[in-house]
Amino acid sequence: MRFFGYTLGDESVPMPPPSAELMEEMGAFMEEATKAGVLVATGGIAPSAMGAKINLKDGEFTVVDGPFTEAKELIGGWAMLECRDLQEAIEWAKRFVSVLGEGEVRVRPVFGPE
Amino acid sequence: MSGPDPTAAIEAVFRIEFARLVAGLTRFVGDVGVAEELAQDALVDALVQWPTQGTPRRPGAWLMAVGQRKAIDRFRRDRNLDGKYALIGRDGPTPDPRSAAPPGTAGAFEDHIDDDVLRLMFVACHPVLSVRARTALTLRLVGGLTTAEIARAYLEPEPTVAQRIVRAKRTIAAAEVPFEVPAGDDRAARLDSVLQVIYVIFNEGYAATAGADWMRPALCAEALRLGRVLSQLAPDEPEVHGLTALMEIQSSRLRARSGRDGEPVLLHDQDRRTWDRLLINRGLAGLERARALGGERGPYSLQAAIAACHVVAFRAEDTDWAQVVSLYEQLAEITPSPIIELNRAVAVSMASGPAAALDLVEQLVASGTLDRYHLLHGVRGDLLDKLGRGDEAAAAFAQAATLTRNASEHQLLLGRALDATSR
Repeated sequence: MRFFGYTLGDESVPMPPPSAELMEEMGAFMEEATKAGVLVATGGIAPSAMGAKINLKDGEFTVVDGPFTEAKELIGGWAMLECRDLQEAIEWAKRFVSVLGEGEVRVRPVFGPE
Repeated sequence: MSGPDPTAAIEAVFRIEFARLVAGLTRFVGDVGVAEELAQDALVDALVQWPTQGTPRRPGAWLMAVGQRKAIDRFRRDRNLDGKYALIGRDGPTPDPRSAAPPGTAGAFEDHIDDDVLRLMFVACHPVLSVRARTALTLRLVGGLTTAEIARAYLEPEPTVAQRIVRAKRTIAAAEVPFEVPAGDDRAARLDSVLQVIYVIFNEGYAATAGADWMRPALCAEALRLGRVLSQLAPDEPEVHGLTALMEIQSSRLRARSGRDGEPVLLHDQDRRTWDRLLINRGLAGLERARALGGERGPYSLQAAIAACHVVAFRAEDTDWAQVVSLYEQLAEITPSPIIELNRAVAVSMASGPAAALDLVEQLVASGTLDRYHLLHGVRGDLLDKLGRGDEAAAAFAQAATLTRNASEHQLLLGRALDATSR
């Protein structure tokens, strides 16, 4: 089963750049998850100030540049995980967030051939 | 918070760690069967201790340390087995499972755990075992599937599978198969066996040979995972990337291969927009990797290249069929087989028309080698149908239907026989 995992963050709270130690630990975690055949794709999402919001209503587009100030829950990092069930995805999410120290991660199944 | 069910959470950790645990313990005790029992014993301890004492920060290291301690306990209890415990007592101080990073052994074990998992794969796929035993043992020890899960996947009674695994472990022990990645001349043949086992598992899922299901995606997923693991552990082997690329690309079509009611949908009729782009991209990247390592002409890489010809075309008619024919010719040169000839005939029919392909198929029919293979008759029926020879086509489809053991495929072929007659 494939799972989409993502972190949630509040952009209004400034985040210090990751330390070299954190980068190293995260690298080791990524390696472990890749070697386990679990991590199949991953990426980070830039601040919403660099993006845009597109809305279609009654045939009219509205395009609004970021930041999306109203959103307190923005996706930060994301990953596609291949796990046998939700429990395994939860365990990998725990390992990931343990590297961060604290925070919130959500995992959701992606529809597949199962 | 440990989730709604602590036992399920612990079991998930155990499954994730299982292959590494068994591999590391096999290094310690020299026997895969004993290592598996020790791993199970460690799980029992975890199920007792973690709910009250909390999950250790490094659960894998914890399980390994407990497994090692239990190995030492066994050794002390039963000294006449000391041949099996070759490494104990020479590998530093007794591990302490209570500490997050046990002193001595466990740290050392982590240094070569990847190699140990690779060794475990080679042992489970050892040619001293039948291919059936190899697949069962690989799914059990490396995949971490339970006997019940393996039995369900293969539609076999659980005791049958359990017996097969027990015998396989005994055979490995009796043959004194060393816990190592073979070097030299032996390496290529042994690696072939590992690749073959993974691909057999994949194919059993991709086109289930028996039963009502057209596919068993769980077996495909497990084989693909094993391929991904192997391509990390043996990154310099082009055919490992070739096989994994092949499985990535084939898996990208899994969802499109069955219709609303689970009925098979053949390649030509699939909705190609539903093919999984992530898997396609991973497969194409893997194929590039195999080529960069000089493996362009390896059998799995060639098959992956053929699969790639299909997935890069959004419409069947956009497929580079001449390229597919050429790749099948290359494949037939290195691994001649009537099945490859049959596939080549299908590609020829797309590149040059059904008449040219039928000539090839009639040669195969005359050779008699694939008499009992339903797809030979299915392909022949298809070509005859395209040439307007409806009655002959119907007879071929009917013959194909009697030969398949797969219920969905049986229905599909009977339907085609009916359509051909009414034309």
